[in-house]
Amino acid sequence: MSSEPTGAEAQRRPEGSCALVTGASRGIGAAIAIALAADGWPVAVNYNSSAEGAAATVAAIEAAGGRALAIQGDVADPAVPAQLIEAVHNQLGPLAVLVNNAGVRADGLALSLSDEDWQRVLDANLGSTYRLTRGALREMIRARFGRVVNIASVIGPRANAGQANYAASKAAVIAFTKTAAVEVARRGVTVNAVAPGLIATDMTQEIPSTLSERVPAQRPGRPEEVAAAVAFLASERASYITATTLYVDGGLSA
Amino acid sequence: MAEPSNEQIEQVITYALVTFGAEASAISRDAELEALDIDSLDLAELSQIIEEQFGVELTSNDVAEIKTVGDAIDLVAARAK
Repeated sequence: MSSEPTGAEAQRRPEGSCALVTGASRGIGAAIAIALAADGWPVAVNYNSSAEGAAATVAAIEAAGGRALAIQGDVADPAVPAQLIEAVHNQLGPLAVLVNNAGVRADGLALSLSDEDWQRVLDANLGSTYRLTRGALREMIRARFGRVVNIASVIGPRANAGQANYAASKAAVIAFTKTAAVEVARRGVTVNAVAPGLIATDMTQEIPSTLSERVPAQRPGRPEEVAAAVAFLASERASYITATTLYVDGGLSA
Repeated sequence: MAEPSNEQIEQVITYALVTFGAEASAISRDAELEALDIDSLDLAELSQIIEEQFGVELTSNDVAEIKTVGDAIDLVAARAK
């Protein structure tokens, strides 16, 4: 073994670096952006369609004394992730934390799903995670510090009728997370997944309340409870945690 | 970008390899990267460094052909022309 440092020991966040949260105009993404800003990260608040939502996230961060910038971009478009990373780098600094949160649902039974709904969900949930992580890791391995947190779901490891496309995308996110993590672990870069269960957001408002009864905690989670897990994994304290999936689900996956 | 000399290329590559954990005393033109414990992640990072320093883009196929330190120096020198 060489005594030369290869970088894995360097676990301090690089000065002037920032975080990017995709799909941060509302719900879990907004809560994550706010939590990271509270931890001192300048945050790029990515959004696709809701400029108002992103502005509200930025305003909440600034009101708490943090620094944030809204950046539009549909991360499901294969051309966007590289542009987004460059824009974030130029406007906020080197990217040290990437949270792949943007995602969509297009539910239907597997036997009747359209190719379009299959592909749309795979592109938004898995394709964007892969492309953004690819771009971010290039920068992070050079810095010898990086945190990638991919938002997965309990749906994927667990079945949920009507969400075969969503489940496939989220299970694949967990698989991608593990392999990407082991590839870069010795450069001080961690890649983890956070798998929320039933969280009260716009995205889950149509889900029947009977589902809450299946949650051991007997209630839906709050976006802030997911954000707390992400903020921890993004922190210097989580330096030896990589390739794992942290479930934030009130015990649903037990 | 001015055409780099072989010495400049060698210097950049050697420095990178040492950063990746290779023993400086073991690095020579004939040294095999595998023997220096240089793996695919190191080579991916080396490609980034080479692109930044010399404006030379190496594809994954190019990188797969590099077996020795000399191979890397010669490839970059040829592409930088």
